Amino acid sequence: MNAIVKEKAVAPEPAAETAKREVLLKVDNVSLSFGGVKAITDISFDIQKGEIRAIIGPNGAGKTSMLNVINGFYHPQEGTITWQGKVRRKMKPYEAASNGIARTFQNVALFKGMTTLDNIMSGRSLKMHRNFFWQLLWHGPAANEEIEHRKKVEEIIDFLEIQAIRKTPVGKLPYGLQKRVELGRALAMEPDLLLLDEPMAGMNLEEKEDMSRFIVDVNQEFGTTIALIEHDMGVVMDLSDRVVVLDYGKKIADGPPEEVQANQDVIDAYLGVSH
Amino acid sequence: MVGSASASPRGENTFPKILLRNAKVFGDRTAFREKDFGIWQSWTWSEVSEEIRAFSIGLQSLGLSAGDKIAIVGANRPRLYWAMVAAQALGAVPVPVYADSVAEEMVYVLGHAEVTFAIVEDQEQVDKLLSMSDEVPSLKHIIYDEVRGLRDYDHTHLHDYASVQQTGRDKLAKSPALAGEWEKGFAGGKGSDIAVMLYTSGTTGRPKGVMLSFDNLVISARNGNAFDHLDETEEVLAYLPMAWIGDHVFSLAQAFTAAYCVNCPESMDTIDVDRREIAPSYFFAPPRVFENMLTMIMVRMEDAGKTKRKMFDYFMGVANKVGEKILNGEQVGLKDRLLYSLGEFLVYGPLKNRMGLTRMKVGYTAGEAIGPEIFRFYRSLGLNLKQLYGQTEASVYITLQPDGEIFGDTVGKPAPDVELKIAESGEVMYRSPGVFVGYFKNDEATASTKTPDGWVHTGDAGIIAENGHLKIIDRAKDVGKLNDGSLFAPKYIENKLKFFPNIKEAVAFGHERDMVAVFINIDLTAVGSWAERNNVNYASYQELAAHPDVYGMIESHVDQVNRDLAQEPMMAGAQIKRFLILHKELDADDGELTRTQKVRRSFIAERYEPLIDALYDGSTSKHVRTEVTYEDGRKGAIEATVEIRDMTTYDAGKGMQEAAE
Repeated sequence: MNAIVKEKAVAPEPAAETAKREVLLKVDNVSLSFGGVKAITDISFDIQKGEIRAIIGPNGAGKTSMLNVINGFYHPQEGTITWQGKVRRKMKPYEAASNGIARTFQNVALFKGMTTLDNIMSGRSLKMHRNFFWQLLWHGPAANEEIEHRKKVEEIIDFLEIQAIRKTPVGKLPYGLQKRVELGRALAMEPDLLLLDEPMAGMNLEEKEDMSRFIVDVNQEFGTTIALIEHDMGVVMDLSDRVVVLDYGKKIADGPPEEVQANQDVIDAYLGVSH
Repeated sequence: MVGSASASPRGENTFPKILLRNAKVFGDRTAFREKDFGIWQSWTWSEVSEEIRAFSIGLQSLGLSAGDKIAIVGANRPRLYWAMVAAQALGAVPVPVYADSVAEEMVYVLGHAEVTFAIVEDQEQVDKLLSMSDEVPSLKHIIYDEVRGLRDYDHTHLHDYASVQQTGRDKLAKSPALAGEWEKGFAGGKGSDIAVMLYTSGTTGRPKGVMLSFDNLVISARNGNAFDHLDETEEVLAYLPMAWIGDHVFSLAQAFTAAYCVNCPESMDTIDVDRREIAPSYFFAPPRVFENMLTMIMVRMEDAGKTKRKMFDYFMGVANKVGEKILNGEQVGLKDRLLYSLGEFLVYGPLKNRMGLTRMKVGYTAGEAIGPEIFRFYRSLGLNLKQLYGQTEASVYITLQPDGEIFGDTVGKPAPDVELKIAESGEVMYRSPGVFVGYFKNDEATASTKTPDGWVHTGDAGIIAENGHLKIIDRAKDVGKLNDGSLFAPKYIENKLKFFPNIKEAVAFGHERDMVAVFINIDLTAVGSWAERNNVNYASYQELAAHPDVYGMIESHVDQVNRDLAQEPMMAGAQIKRFLILHKELDADDGELTRTQKVRRSFIAERYEPLIDALYDGSTSKHVRTEVTYEDGRKGAIEATVEIRDMTTYDAGKGMQEAAE
């Protein structure tokens, strides 16, 4: 080894660090059912500030339902959710958004006819303070405000390296790029917690690598806490700090990736054993 | 005339000195722009001067000193250009490196140049350099522009560009005298000092480090500026690799000497949009870029409505007829002039706007030959597109096409202050103020390229046409001689033949023989469609190739080539005496072509030896059996009797008259 030390700074031991981390969101004994179907049964876990938290499980395990509960879209019949230290009451999804929770969807949910820029700008709408009439009037404060927001949006465009498609209608873009734009819109909200529902679904290897890079960068550069659902185990194990595993609506494991990987229940859930 | 006036030194003979002059004279003019966060961020010459000074002093405090080599790796960014001048101000030598070169090649260049510092664009380049730090022991510090992703790296030897610059600013704030000292540091710099080292990609062997002095670059740049009347009002787009001499001269040397503005695109994917926004007035691109732009226009026109398409076709017809004449200032009738003006309003103007060439005063294409139709298309739109011939070793300029003297098959007249001669061997040689100092640590190569009195071997064979323009014919090593001493340039003859759509491939023989003879491969698509139209029946390639009518058609093509060759005094001796049409297509599977579809001359000579013998022993046909490999790997053989035809040749300079008779 010569003049330059090439190793990156060694990250502190994950276990030691997690103990110190502040809990951002806590799920206690949550159960959710639709009529007689129990989607989630008595689940408890937490998401700590600054971590990448993966929620995995076989199809129908209740992952997306869990995300919808966190998001405020579903209201659990039992249990409590504590968000930033306060127990949350029943609320509308947009309240979750203004409280700092943003999400992307399993199937891309963008405004197809609008450009990348406009789609990401729409993520800023909750942060616009001038009311509808000011915006109609446009000149003066509303225009200045829009310029401020545009700056933020341009930072996101730069961050996600999508300058070349800034003015392209989203519907014309390939799927991988649409996913990236959707991530951009979620980032435009400057969320405290970012929920990603299968960010890599339907992507090829190169797109997956890009997306993984962006997720790690979002987490490191902006310090955003991320909870993600993903089926690609390689991605999950590489990206996440901690993994919670659901099966048939129940939590079967929770811990760091290597621990979860070795867990017999998890292996059984994925490979299938007779119940 | 043009050149010599400008070449007179203006005092400032190095880029740091020119920078100070520009900051004084053009302080408020925009010097650099970069599109970032969706907006063109800009810096005036006085701001650039401040940026470079602060960074330079920051580098100094990191230990950069005179004689050090400093690698520059990344895409075109103002900060990377500034870094080169910042290093030059300390007497260090910048070594721009191709950012996309493979690790092995980069290791070689960095190791060979013994770089101590590297200034790179982003994490990707940092990772690349860190991975090779074992093999490049001289490298002490890496400075990066883009901070993203690099937060957690060990920063003992790694620095953020902004923080290095801040160190410089802090030092300047503490002791105001430092600025004067910094200026004094390079006030005594000589024009003969090494300004930059550029590694030539080199198709054969290891890359060589071409050392260029300030004189080389500054004088060549001033000559270039004067030749095309470039001044501080020009706008250029910096988008070609920084390690390439072309970009170094256009985006740095000429930009500094003329004080024009350099625009860096937002990313490699946005160049088309960025070019439209900037509308450069001085533009340089390899033929490929022009080809792509033309293809895009044609594809879009295919999708356009009927009226638009009709209008486009009609006015392109007008442009084709009179556009170039108007551009060259020739006589054109009033009606055509009016039509052309209408076309400018309806078609040409919008097209140029679309391509971002509305303001283009001068454009150059170089690197390889541009297709004549493509070249004519742009010129007929009224764009002053020209060709130049240059080399790293010449600080670009060897020959240039002067305004109004544009010929598709020549690369122009010697650039200002350039002397040109054709050596005995047919090789083009030149001597100019831009001639490089030498190859770094490679005296042997320097001695074999540059003669003691300053003439440089280009490695290309060429001729000077009657109008004084240089015509490049082939790589010098491929050029041979017939037994009677006349010049034989196989690729030149083959390219002339391949210009006909019916001829797909041609292989010419003649070196150390009595006459020129060629193998011809017909193009199945073109000849096939001709056969269909002319009711010629055929069952196989072999049958079509041997058809008398096909032979007749190819014979007329060969005859045309002979007439052309007769027009060129240097080439008249190498007219085609005999030819044959091969019974099979030359194929990479049979080893006759390389995988990039280039003819493997020596292999073909060996494989078809009986046919070559037949070409030279005077027989009129020859029976051959050739082994072939099918796509599934099975082997078979093709047997055929190949006809050989004799051709008439023309006396030098005669072909035309006879053709007219």
